[in-house]
Amino acid sequence: MSPFSNAIIIGASSGMGAELARLLARKRVRTALVARRREALEELAAGITKETPKAPAPLVYPHDVRHFDEVPTLFQRIAHDLGGLDLVVYCAGVMPPVAVNEYDFGKDRMVYEVNVLGAIAWLNEAAKRFENQESGVIAAFSSVAGDRGRKGQPVYSSSKAALNTYMEGLRNRLGHRGVRVVTIKPGPVRTPMTEGLKMPFMINADEAARQIWAGIRSSRTTVYVPKKWRAIMWVIRSIPSALFRGKDI
Amino acid sequence: MPHDRLERVQAWGLNSASMAHVYRPSTVERLREVFELAHRTGRQVALRGAGRSYGDAFQNSEQIVLDLSRMNRVLDWDPEEGIIALEPGVTIERLWQYIIEDSWWPSVVPGTMSTTMGGCLGMNIHGKNAWKVGPFGNHVLDFDLMLPSGDTVRVDREGDPQLFRGAIGGFGMLGCITRVRLRTKRVHSGLLRVFPQRVRNFDEMVDSFEENADAMDYMVGWADCFPGRPRSIGRGEMHFAQYLEPGEDPFPAQTLRVENQQLPDTIMGLLPKAIVWKLAAPFVNNIGMRLINTAKYHAQLKPGAGKPYLQSHAAFAFLLDYVPNWHHAYKPGGLIQYQSFVPKEYAADVFAEQVRLSHRFGMYPYLAVTKKHLPDDYLITHAVDGYSMALDYPVTRSNRKRLWKLCHEMDEMVLAAGGRFYLAKDATMLPGTPRRYLPEENLRAFEALKQRCDPGGMLSSNLYRRLFASRGAPEGGRAGMKAASLQHVGRSA
Repeated sequence: MSPFSNAIIIGASSGMGAELARLLARKRVRTALVARRREALEELAAGITKETPKAPAPLVYPHDVRHFDEVPTLFQRIAHDLGGLDLVVYCAGVMPPVAVNEYDFGKDRMVYEVNVLGAIAWLNEAAKRFENQESGVIAAFSSVAGDRGRKGQPVYSSSKAALNTYMEGLRNRLGHRGVRVVTIKPGPVRTPMTEGLKMPFMINADEAARQIWAGIRSSRTTVYVPKKWRAIMWVIRSIPSALFRGKDI
Repeated sequence: MPHDRLERVQAWGLNSASMAHVYRPSTVERLREVFELAHRTGRQVALRGAGRSYGDAFQNSEQIVLDLSRMNRVLDWDPEEGIIALEPGVTIERLWQYIIEDSWWPSVVPGTMSTTMGGCLGMNIHGKNAWKVGPFGNHVLDFDLMLPSGDTVRVDREGDPQLFRGAIGGFGMLGCITRVRLRTKRVHSGLLRVFPQRVRNFDEMVDSFEENADAMDYMVGWADCFPGRPRSIGRGEMHFAQYLEPGEDPFPAQTLRVENQQLPDTIMGLLPKAIVWKLAAPFVNNIGMRLINTAKYHAQLKPGAGKPYLQSHAAFAFLLDYVPNWHHAYKPGGLIQYQSFVPKEYAADVFAEQVRLSHRFGMYPYLAVTKKHLPDDYLITHAVDGYSMALDYPVTRSNRKRLWKLCHEMDEMVLAAGGRFYLAKDATMLPGTPRRYLPEENLRAFEALKQRCDPGGMLSSNLYRRLFASRGAPEGGRAGMKAASLQHVGRSA
């Protein structure tokens, strides 16, 4: 039995979001799955219903997180359709390939729109509601990449850093109102986003989802996935920035 | 739906909460507008009075909750005949204070004066005189019922007996009462003569009820349910009370004054009542409550205890109002009140067995109150020819699942004995349990009324969806209700 009854997953159609949706279904949580591509969502929902026929059927809502204006109405509709809400997870995120000498504002803007502004649009709604409700959990997928500014991904890293700080602010706003705000920082995970990339300590998305679920249910405020990244990032954060100059790390 | 209408609606027992769009109309026209809004937006509507139901009766996850507490006018009062017409948000407190100086008292009052007329009718509440005068509905002359269509019908027992018997006790599922006319009870003094009596177990309690039933006007029992000697399960205290005859009270005009009825503002002459729940909170655990129950029982052994005394109507009736917000002492998990109604031949055994089972579960009711009842003809009825016992259990995050299991096991005992339950208290029943204790013809008649009054299924609540929606009732294509009604509140236990 899960402590949660109803959840929204934004960015559910692939990767860790999809694995989390599968896992929540196994825990008998009713989910609303939000993502851009309708076909992918419907395929996922059908798969979940087939794998876990006893679970409440997921509800699907095609939506591009960059359409910020749609969010308040859609959020209310989803809460109504679910019949209640106690968990909101923002998983949507993009990391387009960027060359080290590339400065493409179009790409950069898209990264911020999906990773940061979309998160704010959705999680503001969640915060407003959970504050009145005096309960609920807000979680967002950040990344270990947000802990340092890296040469390879200045915009992606900084978008995750912005998300971290936003989440910290929400936590300080809502913590005393019975609302938990959890920042999830996965290390490299095999998902469509990291396809073709070679990264250290890579894990599979289903394993990541399991650890994320444990983190959401725990009392931690920041969840590294897997846990060893907490120590690794502590070390990396302790390295003076000057030593990074020109290095490809 | 406007964002700022979304509010947290919490059970009186603090054992569950959910979010709903709350509207508090002050007139019948505004009320009709809320019904229209519900039609327009495809939302369901639950009715709420004072919000004193212990569970999810007035909750309606993500839908509309119609709070009637602002429709609180006294519409008409005849001090000669004792007949009063009221809006649904008028409280029992307002009612008794309005009529007492004309030598009248509400025919039926619950243990708290905070409840509203709408709530009292919707749940068909009972008092400590239930075995003598029946439930609240027996004293209703007629009422106006606004149907989801916006039309209002006047209902009385002769004109439309089926709707009268269905809407009273119908927990707001047939329509919204907008006006009710009640018959009140003539009294000749502001005081009652009260007789306390000690009982050593449930058998003695039942015997005591039976012996005193003819002579007394009110009867209520209290039992200490902490483990003790096997033969003293249900040891406790009875309180019986009688009205005074004309002439017995030399100063009725004085004793009938509202200010001479008021409950004391302080406890033990010193502590302001408002803070008492905070002082009580450290005792709301197994050790503290065991101490209090034991002390309460043994206090009857002190010299002078057990003698009759005079007490005001309000002080005798409204035991739950002595400590305002006492339910906050059960924070953060809250409490449930498990009340079952058992035919008299099985009552003592079932109650004792409920207490023994609780002990085996390691769960102790902190308060147990017993009353005597009579069967009635309302469609959704909780009454039996027998007794009820209400058990208060604390809810914590860790005991919740097990407590619910205990309740389900106790349900089986009650059902096997032909007993019943009361929706105003319920937080734990499984879907379908009401279908096992309500007569089949009552259910069919109620479902027919639901079809007639509310064919679109606009009136609903978490409780209705939890217990009744599985058969016959319109679902309305709304998803996720059952899960929503189980939303936990306690965030740290």
